[in-house]
Amino acid sequence: MNKAHLRLLALALLVIGAGATWYKITVLGLPLQPDAQTAIWTVEARVTYQAEGGPNQVNFHIPSNPPGFNVLGEDFVSNQFGLARESDGRNRQALWTARRASGQQSLYYRIQLADDPDGNSTINGPAPAFPTTPEYPEPYGSAARGLLEDVRRESADIASFTRRLLLRYNNSPDEGVQVLRGDANSEVEHVSNIIHILAGARIPARPVKVLQLRDRMRRGLLDTYVEVHNGTEWIAFDPRTGQRGYGQDMLVWQWGDAADLLSLQGGSQGQVEFSAARTVREVISVAEQRAEQHGSLLMEFSLFGLPVQAQNTYRILILVPIGALVMVLMRNVIGVSTFGTFMPILIALAFRETELLWGIFLFTGLVAAGLAIRFYLENLKLLLVPRLAAVLIVVVILMSAMSILSHKLGLDRGLSIALFPMVILAMTIERMSLVWEEHGPSQAISQGLGSLLVAVLAYLVMFHPLVGHLLFVFPELLLVILAITLLMGRYTGYRLTELWRFRHLIRNQRET
Amino acid sequence: MTSWFRRLREAGVLGMNERNADFIMRYNPRRNYPLVDDKLTTKRRASEAGIRVPRLYGVIQIDHQIRHLAKIIDGRASFVVKPAHGSGGNGIVVIDSRSNGGYRRANGQIITEDELGHHISNILSGMHSLSGQPDSAVIEQRVQFDPLFNEVSYRGVPDIRTVVFKGVPVMAMVRLPTRMSDGKANLHQGAVGAGLDMATGCTTTAVWKDRFTDIHPDTGAPIAGLRIPHWHDLLELSARCHQLADLGYLGVDVVLDRHEGPMVLELNARPGLSIQLANRASLLKRLRRVEAVDNIPADSRQRADLARELFAARNPAAAATLQVDRTTDDQAVRNTG
Repeated sequence: MNKAHLRLLALALLVIGAGATWYKITVLGLPLQPDAQTAIWTVEARVTYQAEGGPNQVNFHIPSNPPGFNVLGEDFVSNQFGLARESDGRNRQALWTARRASGQQSLYYRIQLADDPDGNSTINGPAPAFPTTPEYPEPYGSAARGLLEDVRRESADIASFTRRLLLRYNNSPDEGVQVLRGDANSEVEHVSNIIHILAGARIPARPVKVLQLRDRMRRGLLDTYVEVHNGTEWIAFDPRTGQRGYGQDMLVWQWGDAADLLSLQGGSQGQVEFSAARTVREVISVAEQRAEQHGSLLMEFSLFGLPVQAQNTYRILILVPIGALVMVLMRNVIGVSTFGTFMPILIALAFRETELLWGIFLFTGLVAAGLAIRFYLENLKLLLVPRLAAVLIVVVILMSAMSILSHKLGLDRGLSIALFPMVILAMTIERMSLVWEEHGPSQAISQGLGSLLVAVLAYLVMFHPLVGHLLFVFPELLLVILAITLLMGRYTGYRLTELWRFRHLIRNQRET
Repeated sequence: MTSWFRRLREAGVLGMNERNADFIMRYNPRRNYPLVDDKLTTKRRASEAGIRVPRLYGVIQIDHQIRHLAKIIDGRASFVVKPAHGSGGNGIVVIDSRSNGGYRRANGQIITEDELGHHISNILSGMHSLSGQPDSAVIEQRVQFDPLFNEVSYRGVPDIRTVVFKGVPVMAMVRLPTRMSDGKANLHQGAVGAGLDMATGCTTTAVWKDRFTDIHPDTGAPIAGLRIPHWHDLLELSARCHQLADLGYLGVDVVLDRHEGPMVLELNARPGLSIQLANRASLLKRLRRVEAVDNIPADSRQRADLARELFAARNPAAAATLQVDRTTDDQAVRNTG
């Protein structure tokens, strides 16, 4: 009765439904498109070393929330070793320990990662203290100061300063820079040299060990990047090119130089090799796995939590409300008249199996044949219930006859006729014959066509792949549909067909 | 498209959704529906209230009783068989006379005793009832309708449908059977609907199959200008039916018997919208005007007077009042809106 009440209720349903959907899209990363796929990286690190017989301990750094990726899972393969994981907030370590081990040892660490293009790319962490200006020996000192002086003139902030510095340091033929480069040949030395110079400008910087992922990569090695802190966040740079940020498919393995990547006790000749493989998987299953890692209840209590067989049932059941909405629109806004309120939805469900054209053909054929037989039964003057039963039996006979015939003709589509709701068909035939008798054939046929039209429309909407996907992944949308239906329940405007029915009143209005 | 919606709105046409939501659901309590949906109850309550209805000959409730049909008819030549819970005139058989061993229907068709029995059995099984529930068959007096409409109807009983809102008759039409409607006075089935001037009871405009017409499609006789006798009594009768069922938005179907005058045939809790086409007038505006009336008189005669007063704009003799009436109409709409 109360319009405000209804609107409030509809609004609440709308907000809940849309809100839950929004949460699932943004936080859990569920896809809006069906068949959306994402790249999954499986990265494996193989640690080998020579054990010396006594107690062994292997400390190995492993990735911790790498930017640009979602961790889907990780596992460790290490036969006789005990495993512990440690985290200092920034880095994580795997601790393999064994009481006694000798000979060649192989330990494996495997991590699964999903690309997360819109994920968190900024690297947080407590702001580091400013480094003190180091006491440079000469002539290194004057060269460093000269370089810093030049770079400072050419730059605006810490990021551009670092970039200029890297470019100059790498490319300048200047003699001073030659002195600075000295004999830093290895990557690690190169980066620590740069950090040393940056300290001269009191810019906090740290090395970062990264792995450039390539499909089917074997024996890959870590590269070193440099990160500088600009007061609010860390910014990564390629120390060779001065390129800002981590590149595509670049996995951050370890931050800082606090410890070596691998440290051994009771062993020697430690070696680490990396391999990677790229596979493609459905976004939904990735999101599922991720929600599991997050411990999200919304995903736990979703339709995905059901056994697969029940899932398949719900994939169809959940479309019925869409059909009902189409029905409401067609009847109350357009004004199409149909046999039975929800009969067209059931017919639309049957169309799913038969496919549209065959469905229309089989449906019309069945109704027409049933109608003819119903008219014959009329002559026999049967009582209502036996007559309905007789029509039902005839419908079943017709259905099997059509199936057998079409099978013999090699048209296997005809077999799917068995999926038509036969009781509904029998009732439709009965009602159609009554309308035929009492209101004439034109009424009966127009209502029959109306039903078919609504069924076809409902089919097209219900079984659009996008609709099915959205409703199954975001069943909260049912609340939105409910809200729309409730609002439609108070629609008191004209039906489209009434424009036609009362068209003469528009022009020919006399006084009231 | 939207401009069409607007123009229809400006014309004040009452649409199906609006009728259901703003009038039927608001003014017709669901619990009172059985009073009008069951014709036997309507008949009984009407008789108790002193409203004339076609005489009841008998009721058949189970198949077994069909054998007693002859006893119920008791030698009468004409009678009507109808389902107690029928809708839209479905399942009604009008018998005019006997014809050696069989019955002659109003449409000229001859049916045997067996066929009539089968028809009654169909009624009992609920074939013609509103919800498909088992029903009973009512056998009642065949109204000898007033010859007034002889020229403008084709076999069957013309009736007068009045929409009564909060006890005030707001709009009325005569429904004239045609060959197409098979003697039934139902606009959906092809009967002609002729608008009635509320003040005088004269037929004005008419509609047939949603098209305007001036003549009866079968007889060719002009429809306008027929004056319904005892119009004020008929209006009062319709107004009185409001108390019978306590439905705020009610359709009253009245037939004119040659000898006994107006009789209430049935009541309808969901009267259709075609009456607007027959009258070429807006139902919504009239309903709003009644809504704007503060104290509707309790006496049905005064309510009939009120109806003539409110909707007298059509009176050709009172062309001068037309202007005045328009302004009050506007005010009424403004007050309610």
